[in-house]
Amino acid sequence: MNDLAVELSGVSKKYRYFTLEDIHLKLPRGQIMGFIGPNGAGKSTTIRILMGLVHQDAGEVRVLGHRMPAEQVAAKWDIGFASEDMRLYDSMALDWHMSFMQSIYPNWDASYAQILLKRFGLRAQQKMKGFSHGQRVKAALLLVLARKPQLLVLDEPTTGLDPVARHEILRELTGVMADEGRSILFSSHNTQDVEQISDQITFIDRGRIIDSMDKETYLDRWRRLRLEVPLGVELPPLPGIVGVQRQGRLAVATSNAFVPDLAHAYEYTGVRVQSIESMTLEEIFVANVEHSREEVEA
Amino acid sequence: MFGTFALSQSDKRPMYFQIMEQIKQRIMVGDWAEGQPIPSIRQLAVDLQVSVITVKRAYYELEREGVIVTQHGKGSYVTAIPGLGARLREQELEQHLEQAARIAAQLGMPPKRLVERLREAGDRVAEKDKELI
Repeated sequence: MNDLAVELSGVSKKYRYFTLEDIHLKLPRGQIMGFIGPNGAGKSTTIRILMGLVHQDAGEVRVLGHRMPAEQVAAKWDIGFASEDMRLYDSMALDWHMSFMQSIYPNWDASYAQILLKRFGLRAQQKMKGFSHGQRVKAALLLVLARKPQLLVLDEPTTGLDPVARHEILRELTGVMADEGRSILFSSHNTQDVEQISDQITFIDRGRIIDSMDKETYLDRWRRLRLEVPLGVELPPLPGIVGVQRQGRLAVATSNAFVPDLAHAYEYTGVRVQSIESMTLEEIFVANVEHSREEVEA
Repeated sequence: MFGTFALSQSDKRPMYFQIMEQIKQRIMVGDWAEGQPIPSIRQLAVDLQVSVITVKRAYYELEREGVIVTQHGKGSYVTAIPGLGARLREQELEQHLEQAARIAAQLGMPPKRLVERLREAGDRVAEKDKELI
């Protein structure tokens, strides 16, 4: 069996005002991928392509071994997809939706669905139209989680949720990982969520993948160096430095390819390295988008 | 069992490092004995609600430091070295001493003066402990 849950290679899609270009990404089975990028970067389009909802102009898409969009019918038994615009019937109650899912999907786990109802604080008899935004999101997740699909594809699952609800969702998602065969791909603006639960990180901006790799390697590459530049010493340009902010004798350099030798190189030129700090994904996100846009414009 | 692992998002150190620290803490205080089996990577990740790869990194680094041993197909154990907890405390002290030496050097403080300052710090701690009793 293929050990990749999702594989996109050379995927492109052209719209009038937006182009998704040469998308490559791989999600190994048993892992969680956090898909991050600014608004309009192409996250939802990519997700729609991998679900077979939008057909790519070029490139190969494989999901759980199925070629998409050609084999989407077969693939969808094992994929749970939830997005903002998931269709729930306003005039029907949540339990109607639950029975409906149960009638279609043989893997539906009714006792897990009951546990989720309790954990998410939802009322099964309530009609969907009375649900708040947060309750609606949780209901949609309940409906896909209880199917126990091999792959969960979630478009912004924590957007607009309060901290308690977000925490409940993250708990369920990491809980899925107890099973080595199951995988999750989710998009998010919330870098804190992505940093906490992702094994793989994929960064997209303006229709292009900027980075896609395992989270630990990725976080490890980025560092902030606090520097003291004595009078008469020039701050040298060094490889692997993507940004420098300077005020008087103090400077802060950001690296996306940090190795200890970088600090030694500064010291060698007379610049004092006061501290080397790791960065949060949020800080990396901002630095990376700024840097990659500068590169494109240069 | 792992409820008291509390990872902090305001802590500037990476998450894998915090996990390492908390495992060492458990060994230092004797909650996790030498040779005792510890949770699998996947199990701990689920319990801590963090990614598998982060716990994997923590275990990898701990193994490199000789604190735990992972046997393929058998899981991970606290290394069966008598006095491992004490050795970890010793390492912790070593790190703090080096840090103090580094700052003293930056301040241009002679080593002799640093030794005096350490003695004074020791006196202060003893004084505070007395107050607590």
